[in-house]
Amino acid sequence: MANLVIKDLKKEYPTRGEPLEILKGIDLELSSGDNLAIIGPSGSGKSTLLNVLGTLDHPTSGSYTLNDTDPFSLDEDELAAFRNANIGFIFQEHHLLPQLSVLENVLIPTMANGKPAAADVARAEELIQRVGLADRSHHRPAELSGGERERVAVARSLICSPSLVLADEPTGNLDHRNAQQIGELLLEIQDAESMALIVVTHSRDLADMLGRKLEINDGRLSSATV
Amino acid sequence: MSLLTIAFRSIKQRLFSSTLTMISMALGVTLVVGVLAIFGIVQQSFNANATLGYNMVIGAKGGKLQLVLNSVYYLSEPIENIPYEYFLEYKSQEVREQEYSGSYSYKAVQHQQVARATLVAAGVGLHSPVTAIAAIAADASVQEQIDTLYPWKRVGKYAAFTDFAIPLCLGDYVGPYRVVGTTPDMFDLLRHGSEAQYEYKMRGNGRNFEQFNQENGFFEAIVGSVVANDRGLTVGDTITPSHGSEEGDQHTTKFQVVGVMEATGTPNDRAVFINMEGFYRMSDHAKPLENEDAFGADQQAHKITDASYILPVEKREVTAMLVRMDPLYSVGIENQVNEGNLAQAVFPIIEIRKLLDLFVRPVQTLLMVLTVLICFVSGVSILVSIYNSMNERRSEIAVLRALGARRGTVYAVVLLESMLLSFMGGILGFFSGHALIAMCSGVIEAKTGVQVGFFDFAPPIPLPIPIVGSISAEFLLIPGMILLAVFVGFIPATSAYKTDVSKSLGK
Repeated sequence: MANLVIKDLKKEYPTRGEPLEILKGIDLELSSGDNLAIIGPSGSGKSTLLNVLGTLDHPTSGSYTLNDTDPFSLDEDELAAFRNANIGFIFQEHHLLPQLSVLENVLIPTMANGKPAAADVARAEELIQRVGLADRSHHRPAELSGGERERVAVARSLICSPSLVLADEPTGNLDHRNAQQIGELLLEIQDAESMALIVVTHSRDLADMLGRKLEINDGRLSSATV
Repeated sequence: MSLLTIAFRSIKQRLFSSTLTMISMALGVTLVVGVLAIFGIVQQSFNANATLGYNMVIGAKGGKLQLVLNSVYYLSEPIENIPYEYFLEYKSQEVREQEYSGSYSYKAVQHQQVARATLVAAGVGLHSPVTAIAAIAADASVQEQIDTLYPWKRVGKYAAFTDFAIPLCLGDYVGPYRVVGTTPDMFDLLRHGSEAQYEYKMRGNGRNFEQFNQENGFFEAIVGSVVANDRGLTVGDTITPSHGSEEGDQHTTKFQVVGVMEATGTPNDRAVFINMEGFYRMSDHAKPLENEDAFGADQQAHKITDASYILPVEKREVTAMLVRMDPLYSVGIENQVNEGNLAQAVFPIIEIRKLLDLFVRPVQTLLMVLTVLICFVSGVSILVSIYNSMNERRSEIAVLRALGARRGTVYAVVLLESMLLSFMGGILGFFSGHALIAMCSGVIEAKTGVQVGFFDFAPPIPLPIPIVGSISAEFLLIPGMILLAVFVGFIPATSAYKTDVSKSLGK
């Protein structure tokens, strides 16, 4: 079953003159277990596409369904709940909360419904162990290396068992060795969790590790040429 | 982990700015506690005097407020004196007879009676028995008619309506404190407190002064707590009043301190009370009379310590008297007194209320306005602090929202932070305020007679609002500040919720 179905998705931003069209008709289908790399030069619309895929931005037109639901037809709170249950995010800058420990950061998405349950804590500990930070779970982000923070972000994106994980330049700030490790970790976990994974990256190495590669150019997706 | 943990950790994360906000809040609350304490002290001082134990003050004609000021508060200068005979109009016949027994008029009548008896006896001897009997009968009839004219033979004009009348003789000082010549009734009959429920108590082994005893004669005194603390007076010390003012000539007469009053929060704390008989026996205190020699100058030769010597009522005056009268008749008697040209009667409560309305209430209102302003400024400081922190935390809020936090969650995190800051600042300020009051308690007691300690709370604010009007305003302070924090927290919370998630995450 195709988890994610996008047809003729467009996104424009109003300006004082003509609207600025960033996405000019995106078509995409992704099923559970699929993984996809989206590459493209700066300003090609990668981040805009990721924001729309993550339901953080509304598209101007086109259709978007994830698990047979059009999230953009939901009200604000329903959309927040939808995002919480179905989409995991790995941000480029980690965006870990500096005042919270590794374990607490991983648990943040579970707090959308109040205090985390014991099962949530157990899953968070399991994920932290899986990303290799079992001995650092009570450390604060400032006490971790860049690679370790990225691992925490990976664990956090998975805590609610989403069907789609979106990663924005997950290895962008890492050295080659750490980037390789994070890439392998992502694929390992994606396989284990049977979810769909979309990675937006500049890194050809990371893109090469994924099953599919698409290139975004001038607001349109096409098969990657390299 | 809970939202409270996130809020608390956020405060810790920005420890410096959070601490500054808390200190600003705490200072605000300390000020409010201070203002409420002042409000309470003023209120308590008022209450302590609202029920004086008497309902009328009678003194010389003049300003009503001045009479109350100098006879209730021992402030301002006395207007004039009123004759002692007038004071005796509020006394029973027995007391009057006793008081008049040393008077010139009493003695003159005694002389006259002796002379008339001699004449009657002579008439009886010169005439027949029938004529003699008629002469005796005629004299008895004359005597009966004359008796009704003698002041000591009748009950005082207002005595039937009077529970008690306590005289006050003012004019002397011990240091800056007023000396009040009075009778032991002042402390035997009067009570203090908001319900006039407390007796005047003396510290340690002190006691009320007596009108006369072998040990100290007429010269006993008790001192108020403020005077005792200020002048270092204890039982066994002696005081020598000065005449007319603090800088006036010092009398040679010494009074023995036999009691130091416990603090009452009344003006009595700031006065010295001496036996009225002793007061009269100090030099220049007895009223000089014209043609005094004709009545018996020999009385001046009496030693002032001579217990057998009764100062004639003609030589006595009182500055004022504190009267408790049957309320049913008090208004009528007030009118009657005021229609005369000798004295005026005032209801001190009415004058005190006028005084309060004129001076104290505006100050209290000002204090209340100040309190509200302080609360408002404290609230704004939370608002500014959290609002400013929102700029640093836009990405934090954006992450929460991207990860599925709903409107309620975002609002809860910001409002909880605001409430926590307010609560911690409030608690800090509350204890600081009370510590400040405890530290100043000595000065407050010395200046006002009102005892305050760390655990004394301000009285309720007299507002016609349920709960608010019945519990200490301080207990409403922290909940009020938290409510204010919620109110002002909505602005940064709304701003946080409106954060553009994709833009904030892209930064």
